[in-house]
Amino acid sequence: MKKLVSPLVLLGPALTWLGIFLVLPLALIFVYSFFQRGAFGQIVPQFTLGNYMRLFNPTVLKVFLNSLRIASLVTVLALLLGYPTAYFITQQSARWKNTLLVLVILPFWTSYLIRTYAWIVLLNREGVLSRLLISLGLSREPISFLYNDTAIFIGLLYGYLPFMVLPLYSSIERLNPELREASFDLGATPLKTFLQVTLPLTLRGVVTGAIFVFVPSLGNFFVPELLGGGQRFMIGNMINNQFLKARDWPYGSAMAFGVMAIVLILLLFQAWITRRTEQS
Amino acid sequence: MRVRNWLRLHTSLVYLFLYGPILMLIVLSFNRSGLPTAWGGFSLHWYQELWQNKALLNAALNSVLVAGGSTLVSAVFGTLLAMGLERIARNMVLDAFVFLPMIIPDIVLAIALLSFFTFLEMPLSLLTITISHIVFNIAFVAAIVRTRLSYFDNTLEEASLDLGAPPLKTFFKITLPLIFPGIVAGSLLAFTISLDEFVIAFFTAGPARPTLPILIYSMVRFGVTPDVNALATIVLSISALLILISQRLGGTEGFF
Repeated sequence: MKKLVSPLVLLGPALTWLGIFLVLPLALIFVYSFFQRGAFGQIVPQFTLGNYMRLFNPTVLKVFLNSLRIASLVTVLALLLGYPTAYFITQQSARWKNTLLVLVILPFWTSYLIRTYAWIVLLNREGVLSRLLISLGLSREPISFLYNDTAIFIGLLYGYLPFMVLPLYSSIERLNPELREASFDLGATPLKTFLQVTLPLTLRGVVTGAIFVFVPSLGNFFVPELLGGGQRFMIGNMINNQFLKARDWPYGSAMAFGVMAIVLILLLFQAWITRRTEQS
Repeated sequence: MRVRNWLRLHTSLVYLFLYGPILMLIVLSFNRSGLPTAWGGFSLHWYQELWQNKALLNAALNSVLVAGGSTLVSAVFGTLLAMGLERIARNMVLDAFVFLPMIIPDIVLAIALLSFFTFLEMPLSLLTITISHIVFNIAFVAAIVRTRLSYFDNTLEEASLDLGAPPLKTFFKITLPLIFPGIVAGSLLAFTISLDEFVIAFFTAGPARPTLPILIYSMVRFGVTPDVNALATIVLSISALLILISQRLGGTEGFF
């Protein structure tokens, strides 16, 4: 087979598809991001840097910074929750390990929209939590826990936590246990062993997990819409609005490339870390 | 020992966080009263209600059509891609390109595809959603088949060719049966993702024929209704079942 079928024939269909329906669309909105919006929402092919300049408007900048803040917080908390969990899973017998892993994988691939809806049921004014507080005598009136940054934050953490646990698990699992034992034998405390042996050697998993959580958190628009009630904005909502409501596609495209620039920087950082850990 | 107990407690709480809200939805879907807080007895009422909902059944059908169509194409393209990638030297740029749709924020891909279809004056329909879903599903199928291929013994193919079997026969008699579980696992995963995918479908769907997640989104935006609990339970169960089968076939290995 090796010699008889050229790899090009095998790669051809997929690469053609991606060329047409991934590269061309991205190239198109890249071009759009330098065009202007006409009076009726149409795209006027006149070169401008204005869309990118407008990303630095105080209101837009604030949304960008707030989104970065929320996504960073989600990532840090996912790491704090995910690392001990992943570590615990690696310590189990083969059977338990498998069961616990499947239980992380299931929410990873099932409808995030529905899992977000579950939090509306929990947190809304007539919801489970509000009623629970009343019946416990902790509150007299129904309270809505929705429509604030905390609700968005919980929703994102809930959705993307499995994205953190899985890469962490695989990097901890690959770690040679003898290294840790050697560290103990040489008299290092568990904390010192963790900080100086385990953590640095699983840094690759940490970075991969962090990117898997940070990137989708940054671009998500339905969690802020549903749990933030559309009153708390993230970048995804702004892009959504420019495309479906304000019909300023060039401006929306520039926002999208703002997000892409952040993603690109993170991916380069990941490649750098990977190379560094492979060398050591 | 103390550390171990603490880890156990921590992990239990994390699983409670992951599954508590889902279990709550499932329990509520069988609650006759329809209220999240008062148990009115066990009932299948809300499930029966779903059967009467024409719009919902249509949306479910649309979702199955999109998922089926995009899975068929991605299964073929993704498998070929995995075989091709296995045959050439590992190329970072090519890898990054092929798996880009998995990491790029979905809203960016969504507006890019919407712009592209609009530019081509292609009316938005189930076809445009299907085309869009193929873009990321190729990567998922390819990733899984590739893992399967990395265990593959190349001498089997060579032996078949040396014994005079033509390449196509070798493919169908040797290669395909050996990687078939991987293809099925990848296809099941692709089908599930497509079935549940919301953001890209939301932007590339025509107004007349929404998929199920689009309909669910418009339902939950206007508050909590008990029939959504039943619908959510059904959708989650179907996804979980497909993922478990895929997992059994070695499906979700090799992603990380």
